[in-house]
Amino acid sequence: MTQLRRTLATVINGRAIELDAVPTLTLDMLARTTIDAVASDWRVASMFAAPIEGVPCLQLFIVLVDDQHSELHVARARIEDGQFPSLTPRCPQVHLFEREIAEQFGLTPVDHPWFKPVRYQRPWTDRDAWQRPTDQPILPGVGDFYRVEGDEVHEVAVGPVHAGIIEPGHFRFQCHGEQVFHLEIALGYQHRGVEEAMLRGPNKRSIHYAETLAGDTTIAHATAYCQVLEALACCQKSARSQALRGIALELERLANHVGDLGALANDVAFLPTASYCGRIRGDCLNMTALLCGSRFGRGMIRPGGVGFDVDQARLDELSRRLDVAEKEAAGAVNLLWDTPSVMARFEATGPLPRQIATELGIVGPAARASGLGRDARHDLPTGIYRFAHLPVSTCDSGDVFARAFVRWLEIQQSIEFIREQIHEIPPGPHQVALGPLAPRSLAIAINEGWRGEVCHVAITDTQSRFARYKVVDPSFHNWAGLAYVLRNQQISDFPLCNKSFNLSYCGHDL
Amino acid sequence: MLKILLERMKQGHRTIKYPDGPAPELPDRFRGRPIMDTGKCPDGCCACADACPTNAVDKVSIDLGRCLFCTDCVTACPEHAIAYKADYRLAVRQRADLVVRQDLQVLHLATALDAKLERLFGRSVKLRQVSAGGCNACEADVNVLGTIGWDLGRFGIQMVASPRHADGLLITGPVTKNMELALTKTYDAVPDPKIVIAVGACAISGGPYVGHSEVNNGAETIVPVDLYIPGCPPHPMTILDGLLRLLGRIEDGSRKKKAPLSSAFAQA
Repeated sequence: MTQLRRTLATVINGRAIELDAVPTLTLDMLARTTIDAVASDWRVASMFAAPIEGVPCLQLFIVLVDDQHSELHVARARIEDGQFPSLTPRCPQVHLFEREIAEQFGLTPVDHPWFKPVRYQRPWTDRDAWQRPTDQPILPGVGDFYRVEGDEVHEVAVGPVHAGIIEPGHFRFQCHGEQVFHLEIALGYQHRGVEEAMLRGPNKRSIHYAETLAGDTTIAHATAYCQVLEALACCQKSARSQALRGIALELERLANHVGDLGALANDVAFLPTASYCGRIRGDCLNMTALLCGSRFGRGMIRPGGVGFDVDQARLDELSRRLDVAEKEAAGAVNLLWDTPSVMARFEATGPLPRQIATELGIVGPAARASGLGRDARHDLPTGIYRFAHLPVSTCDSGDVFARAFVRWLEIQQSIEFIREQIHEIPPGPHQVALGPLAPRSLAIAINEGWRGEVCHVAITDTQSRFARYKVVDPSFHNWAGLAYVLRNQQISDFPLCNKSFNLSYCGHDL
Repeated sequence: MLKILLERMKQGHRTIKYPDGPAPELPDRFRGRPIMDTGKCPDGCCACADACPTNAVDKVSIDLGRCLFCTDCVTACPEHAIAYKADYRLAVRQRADLVVRQDLQVLHLATALDAKLERLFGRSVKLRQVSAGGCNACEADVNVLGTIGWDLGRFGIQMVASPRHADGLLITGPVTKNMELALTKTYDAVPDPKIVIAVGACAISGGPYVGHSEVNNGAETIVPVDLYIPGCPPHPMTILDGLLRLLGRIEDGSRKKKAPLSSAFAQA
């Protein structure tokens, strides 16, 4: 462990370091370090390639999290000949990161066991990892899929256009009768080129890109973006703005968790909770609109603080609405645990064992439902979470019930947290000037969105512009978890399992 | 069972009264239709245009199809010449009608479908939603219309699972290159006659992603659009207002008196 720390540069969440302070290892050393780190219960928060001024080749960056000691560690390596050894066989949680690096930069992870595109996009460089001709379109979802063959084995293909009002994605099930042997998920339909558009920023669109990385996670992503800028500018925010950011983040969690419990009830045809929660979710969104005029928190989080201040009357109104929502949500949600027909469908459906969750690097409520005590608000606290401590809600069965129940525990804690902040809101300005960004630096911001860990990393060039801006939505880690839990389930349980994760397509596709 | 019944009584009947009663109260900070007073503009100032992330504002007009309803232009304007009103009614039938000019402070709000289509769809319209890029916020607030708070079904409007069961499409997102083929196939699968509704800045103009090589700049680059509902995302009230106007169900914000059913059959 000490050896690991010596090899890597340590970064505090929400801070920046000079790029020169990030050690450059050999590819082999970086691989070994990562394997050792993951063996010591660290995990990979981000892994990406970046062009760095003055370095003739691309560089591979890796951000490791030591949850236990609340530390982030970063290192890099040069990729001299367009390829690097794949870590996936020994460290499955990087499987998608390596495919992404290949897709964006044409760098090949040698011996990657399932080497396919992630988003079906053109590379940013003129090198293509699959040697695809440039005069032919790249069609999403077209290519090899994992196949099972044998008597009565059949394939079910779903999407990209689904039956509900849902984002597009393509699902391939290998089935034997009703039983799913394997599910492979092909995404990329929502790819709109945000990471590439962030390059050479920040500019007037950047904050809006951050707010729309995943519309239901506007607050968490915008906060991470602002934290990165504030880290690069050494900007000291007011305590008031940090409390308001915390309130907004917990309101976002509240709205989505309540909505998800309603949707889970709907998927097992238990309409009372489905109906009530659908409406209460709207009340939660309206609380966010009370703060900033937008139900999704657009305009709320701004560099240097928040875009809207609150007065006592507004806080009183928020407090009043929170009391109503708490009572109504408790009535609606507690019906679930009291109804045997609901519990029979929730329990033992789609279990994700703790060990698999660890190997896949699962984050957020899905990880906590499998017994992993990971929560960035607790492990890597920034802003208000350094002062107001939230307990980590966990469950151990890893099934749909656990993923639902963790949400309910978090709803109650979020309400308590918001109430506390309302009562103790510190005075001060709601926003301060940002100041100029540091050149040739690397900044990392991680915070706990309602789906899990949102991680933004920015690297600036000599002119303080973004040479690389890397976004990791929690969905990027967790889609593999959904695919895993479908194994040996009935195909009819897919909607229920899917909703229990409720992952973002646009957050994954960027 | 008793608990369920008791909870049912506690939760009560919560569907909004609109359009028979008033629309639900919107938050005081809600950003609806923007207005600009160009009389206040100093010579040579283009602070609003410089600040706008999507170039929706120039010195004489605001393009609601591009507008993200953010506060950047309002904050940038030294003369407070731009402000958002609480007016949620924003849906129009023609793309050009979304360009608000100083001398045209009234929006040409959406008119009803022509008589033949209104007779077909006015009392019952089935829509297939296609999510084609974007951030999923428009989808979320379309979904809200299906909750008991709004109960879209009472207007005969239903989101259906297959394009073959649909009378039209409700499109969100800028239409990414990766969704172009799927959107075209879905459109072709809807039987004629059909309508297309573009919801949100992305579906109207490309939104924050306008100009990216990975997207088309809105639904009408691929299919003809009959109704434009601006916003980022539009408030559920804006979406509902647009749908009801298209179907000839409201005029001037209140429910249009319908001829009794018998006479509707007589016309048919």
